[in-house]
Amino acid sequence: MKAVGIILAGGGSERMKGLADIRAVAAMPVAGAYRAVDFALSNMANARINAVAVITQYSSRSLNEHLNSPSWWGFGRKQGGLYLLNPTITPDSTNWFRGTADALIQNLDFIKERHEPYVVIASGDGVYKLDLDDVLAKHVESGAQISVVCKEKNGLEAGRFGVIETDAEKRIIAWHEKEEGAEGELVNCGIYLIRRLRLIRLLEECKRQDNYDFVRDVLVKNLENERIKAYVMDGYWKNIASAQSYFECNMDMLDPALRRKFFYDHPKISTKVDDFPPAKFNDNAKVSNALAAGGTIVNGAVENSVLFKKVYVGDGSSVKNCVLLNDVYVGDGVTLENCIVEKKMKIEDGTCIIGDPNDVTVIA
Amino acid sequence: MVKKEMIAMLLAGGQGSRLGVLTQGMAKPAVAFGGKYCIIDFPLSNCVNSDVDTVGVLTQYQPLQLNTHIGIGIPWDLDKQVGGVTILPPYEKSGDSEWYTGTANAIYQNLTFMDSYNPDYVLILSGDHIYKMDYGEMLEQHKRSGAEATIAVMPVDWEEAHRYGIMVTDGNGKITEFEEKPANPKSNLASMGIYIFNYQTLRRALKELEHVPGCDFGMHVIPYVFRETDKVYSYEFNGYWKDVGTLTTYWETNMELTSLVPDFNLYEEFWQIYTSAESHAPAYLGADAQVTHAIIGDGSEIHGRVKRSVLGSNVIVGAGAKVIDSILMNGVVIEEGAVVRKAIIAENTVVGKNSRIGEGTFEQSRLDPKVYNSDLAVIGAGSVIPEGVTIGKNTAISGVTGPEDYPEGNLISGGYILKKEEKR
Repeated sequence: MKAVGIILAGGGSERMKGLADIRAVAAMPVAGAYRAVDFALSNMANARINAVAVITQYSSRSLNEHLNSPSWWGFGRKQGGLYLLNPTITPDSTNWFRGTADALIQNLDFIKERHEPYVVIASGDGVYKLDLDDVLAKHVESGAQISVVCKEKNGLEAGRFGVIETDAEKRIIAWHEKEEGAEGELVNCGIYLIRRLRLIRLLEECKRQDNYDFVRDVLVKNLENERIKAYVMDGYWKNIASAQSYFECNMDMLDPALRRKFFYDHPKISTKVDDFPPAKFNDNAKVSNALAAGGTIVNGAVENSVLFKKVYVGDGSSVKNCVLLNDVYVGDGVTLENCIVEKKMKIEDGTCIIGDPNDVTVIA
Repeated sequence: MVKKEMIAMLLAGGQGSRLGVLTQGMAKPAVAFGGKYCIIDFPLSNCVNSDVDTVGVLTQYQPLQLNTHIGIGIPWDLDKQVGGVTILPPYEKSGDSEWYTGTANAIYQNLTFMDSYNPDYVLILSGDHIYKMDYGEMLEQHKRSGAEATIAVMPVDWEEAHRYGIMVTDGNGKITEFEEKPANPKSNLASMGIYIFNYQTLRRALKELEHVPGCDFGMHVIPYVFRETDKVYSYEFNGYWKDVGTLTTYWETNMELTSLVPDFNLYEEFWQIYTSAESHAPAYLGADAQVTHAIIGDGSEIHGRVKRSVLGSNVIVGAGAKVIDSILMNGVVIEEGAVVRKAIIAENTVVGKNSRIGEGTFEQSRLDPKVYNSDLAVIGAGSVIPEGVTIGKNTAISGVTGPEDYPEGNLISGGYILKKEEKR
């Protein structure tokens, strides 16, 4: 589709119980072999968006490393490509990005220099598969000036999301941004489609008023001036920016049908490819309902868990309902239940940690 | 001017006919290994790990898989502005054109390629061995000894020595005599098929021998350089090195990877082996899966029993199915209740429900006892095995087979079915 993609990947999260200390939320490993940002990137690549910019700021090293080549997602180098937009000092500004709109405003040159008629803006912390071509088709058909991709609220916490009310034409008439107890049928997924020239105009207006937030200052403020319509997406969508939702998202990936949809069916979600050997299961391994990524070696028992790359599980250990991130070493005779273990953690022999399934323990 | 100290020429054009149906549709270097790799990944990774950044890959037999796998060399960082990897197929010339008729003839036909890098040394490799080796160390010794050619050798059991090309050396590693498969070997140092030549010496030899039919390194070029210069040295290698040229050695070498701490350990960080792979979800072991002593490739889904086996990526083992002592390559599907023992099953083959592979006792092969001479049932890429049939030991199958191909539901030990129809 004729659009430029922008992924907002500059954020940390205090709800991550320390997991976002060392990396932006968009760089969180998901489903054993992927990173959160792969979903937004792949959706854009799958809609044949050729140029995608990823805006980074918070703890960006891990993210930069992941995005080391455009070819992992099939982006080119000449006709488009993958651009990393980091905060930078210029003669006009020594500010960090002070908000999502400010991040776009400080990169307005990039948006102006592109030629595509549309811009797709997406946050980097959503796990979903979305046909952006369909979003564009509905956008044109419905006469929207801005499309906001939404999901049925269905029990999602109002305090974490923007809750949206629409009229019969799906035009957004009220927006409750992260208000506890807000009522409405839809929540904002943080994916927007807008004409590039309109975006430039709105951002310049926002800049003149010294405003910084895309939702509050560009969307909510203009609900009456612009036709802002909701596009309601089907299927799985999860924002992983809290430890509990991150845990649930990984556990959801134990469902074969969901994995098939994301990682096997065309067009699939892609990621940077590593060179680790296949997972290895030794003589006393007892593994059921679990994912095990490359380089992993299992000697003990693993149940209902996701083992990321190069995890080691020692003899006589039992790992149940856990998410073990890259390079975690679990010694012998260890018991872990309902835990997320941060990458490279070494769990000493004989350790026993049992968390609460509804309030997962993070070992970092 | 372009200048490379040493370039590598990797011979990857051979069929590897002793791998039977496994190499029916692809050259031996493209055959899968260890649940993730292709055989050629080992010499290619050795090159980049040894700082050899210019590699010519000579292809001839069934090159499609190999070409696709290597591409422009991205997985090995061999997509270089100057150098990198270049695929060198035989090509038509204005005068006489010919296929590559021998290992040295293939190199001879690519003198222009080598000249363009103006190298001091050329490393000759073959694409059919599993090993990790620092060619830089070999080059150091080559320079130190003042050799015109250096041959990598490894000590083999004296009882086995009669199966190899044997090098007799003096106390300083200088080669004094060659013996090809000697009945009474004078040495146990076997040639590994890895050579370093001073480029100008190699160039002269190839020009000199240009009319020798089927010009070969071991038979013609090395003896020529030995005769002319008397400066051919051995480089002794004591690490892990396996020729996977027969079904039995191929199977054994794969199986060794599943042991607790294998001799050839792919899990150590040092000297990484790189390969070209798509992005895959992790392997999934279902609620009733039982997997022990096995390695399972990315994207595979296991619902049955897997024991002492090597599985590639995107393999599916259905509920109640058993896979024991076997190699399943990428995309193989073993349907519910099927039992697979001592089998090598190539890419994308489907084994139907409740079929049994590897039953009975060994019988001599009716197809080719030189190739098929073990208990292994071997099934080529893209084959289909129907539901509920029984397949014996030492068998070969290729193509889409139906119940009518199995009289009384059987393929007896030593038997074979080779179908010409479209593959899956």
